[in-house]
Amino acid sequence: MAPTTARPLATDGGRRERLTRHPAPGILSRAMAALAGGYMLSTLGGILLAAALPLNRVESLTGGLLLSYPIFTATFIWVFAARSAGRAWLGILATAVLLAPLYWMLGI
Amino acid sequence: MKDGFRQSMAWLHTWMGLLLGWVLYFMFVTGTAGYFDTEIDRWMQPELPRAQTDVPAQTTVRTALRRLEEEAPEAARWLIALPMDRNQPYTSILWQADGGNQAGRPRGGRQTIDAITGDPLQARDTAGGQQLYQMHWRLHYLPDSLSAWIVGLASLFMLTAIITGIIVHKKIFKDFFVFRPGKGQRSWLDAHNVLSVLALPFHLMITYSGLLFMGFIYFPLMVAAFYGTGAEAERTLRAEMFSGLRVEASGEPAPLTNLSALITQAETRWGASNIRHVDIRYPGDAQARILLRASHAQTPLRRGEELIFHGVTGELLETSAAFRSPTTGMQDILLGLHEGLFAGPLLRWLYFFSGVLGTAMVATGLVLWTVKRRQRIEARDGRAHTGIVLVERLNIGVVAGLLVAIAAYFWANRLLPLEMANRSDWELHVLFLTWLLMLVHAMLRPRRHAWFEQCTLAAAAYALLPLLNILTTERHLLRSLPNGDWPLAGFDLTVLGLGLALAVAAYRLHPSRDPSPLAAGAAKAGDGRHHHGTQEAKTVES
Repeated sequence: MAPTTARPLATDGGRRERLTRHPAPGILSRAMAALAGGYMLSTLGGILLAAALPLNRVESLTGGLLLSYPIFTATFIWVFAARSAGRAWLGILATAVLLAPLYWMLGI
Repeated sequence: MKDGFRQSMAWLHTWMGLLLGWVLYFMFVTGTAGYFDTEIDRWMQPELPRAQTDVPAQTTVRTALRRLEEEAPEAARWLIALPMDRNQPYTSILWQADGGNQAGRPRGGRQTIDAITGDPLQARDTAGGQQLYQMHWRLHYLPDSLSAWIVGLASLFMLTAIITGIIVHKKIFKDFFVFRPGKGQRSWLDAHNVLSVLALPFHLMITYSGLLFMGFIYFPLMVAAFYGTGAEAERTLRAEMFSGLRVEASGEPAPLTNLSALITQAETRWGASNIRHVDIRYPGDAQARILLRASHAQTPLRRGEELIFHGVTGELLETSAAFRSPTTGMQDILLGLHEGLFAGPLLRWLYFFSGVLGTAMVATGLVLWTVKRRQRIEARDGRAHTGIVLVERLNIGVVAGLLVAIAAYFWANRLLPLEMANRSDWELHVLFLTWLLMLVHAMLRPRRHAWFEQCTLAAAAYALLPLLNILTTERHLLRSLPNGDWPLAGFDLTVLGLGLALAVAAYRLHPSRDPSPLAAGAAKAGDGRHHHGTQEAKTVES
């Protein structure tokens, strides 16, 4: 996990943001979270939507695909906006776990 | 907190842009050229006649059937692609030994033929506009699957860069009218902003839709959740995705129905010159089927209605609508918008210029990255670091060098011997060898000299193409203009215009000019206006 650093202060100096203070490990961890986590959430979200759509198989799947890229991009942005890399990972895993009941409900 | 968020986004925007910026630049340049793919094809095969789109479909189909009977009487599939518009200027025929539903490429062949005589059209071997534009997703020399993933990652970064770019941009409307030239970094930032915002809807559309083309390659698990894995699953998916003919031969011979009545029926429905394909399965068999497919370029919806007839009785068996469901319809519209096959001349030029804006957006972003850092680091350490110098040099070799390389591709088309073996491959080798040469040149020459020299070379290489055309073919401006042959004249005039624009750029970049647009310290950061760029420059460490 990346070192979590102080939240920004209101002063100008505080704007030296945590992404840039101890860059390498935190950035690497975030990049992993963005790529692997984003890929996981977009796949899961896409499958979920596809299962929920009242269309035939290929049409539902296309619907899921259309949604998966916005999910990927949103995750990407969120991971780099999160206060720390650890929180980013936590958020991704929590989202995945919260989605789990929906999978049972939709019978995937 | 809000400022912290904006800064994170500025950081993300900067680094994602740089990481795959060069790939994106290549994709934008070759993809933009693709909006004139068939026009470039035509220029690169000057032996070909003018487009045969005004030959009636009845004549074309009669000619093509005669040709197919001669070439492949035993084939299990005949396909005729009719000349309709700029997207398909000539008649193509294709035949396959089996039904074409099986995985793997069936034995067969294809020819481009004259719509009236049926003779194959003879022209020089060229990679043409097609391979030039296909490079924007099939990176040359790389296997298809690897290139799909690189292009996909670049597109994902682009999508993220667009969204973060919007987030960091505080005064998106106001800045739209702000351009402060001759102020170094500030001017580059203004230019980058204006270019990005001006064509923002295009950038968003082209990136998102580009990702959709290969979606099922990128998300195999999504496919697996509904179809399972393996070759059988892939076949099922394909069969459900693309409608079409699924029929078995009976083995009993029976004559093929007269297609003339079917063509009339289709043209009544779709209008003249709107039949894209005539697809025949098992011609000569009692179970033959004929599929007529409407043009997919009538509207942005990239799919045409299909009529399926019994091949012996001529009875209409099935109609498959172009718009099938909200989701596939949405996908087809996005893909249609991406390719712009439906666009007439005016809209096609708008597409082209949007692509040029995208190209310039990536290029200015790349230059801005270096200008900003050189200024700061020179002020701090008195000299630039290796990293910045490397990025600067790669920028020159990629941004200016690729333009030279594509010009060299056109020169190769005219200058390589016509009977050369693997000629079309060599056209592409010339492109990439020239590009490599430009990268080496950019590494060896002083920075400002390298920019100037490559821009000058590109300017000359494009501006002189019409002259080269006069010297090497009969299809040059002095003939195409009086004859009103617009695809050919349009190519020559466009490269001439491009050459002149590059000449202006070269003039502005002359090393003795001061202040040069590339000089980092031309502007003092912060002239009283609060701007995210300067703020970002302060906060982001390289």
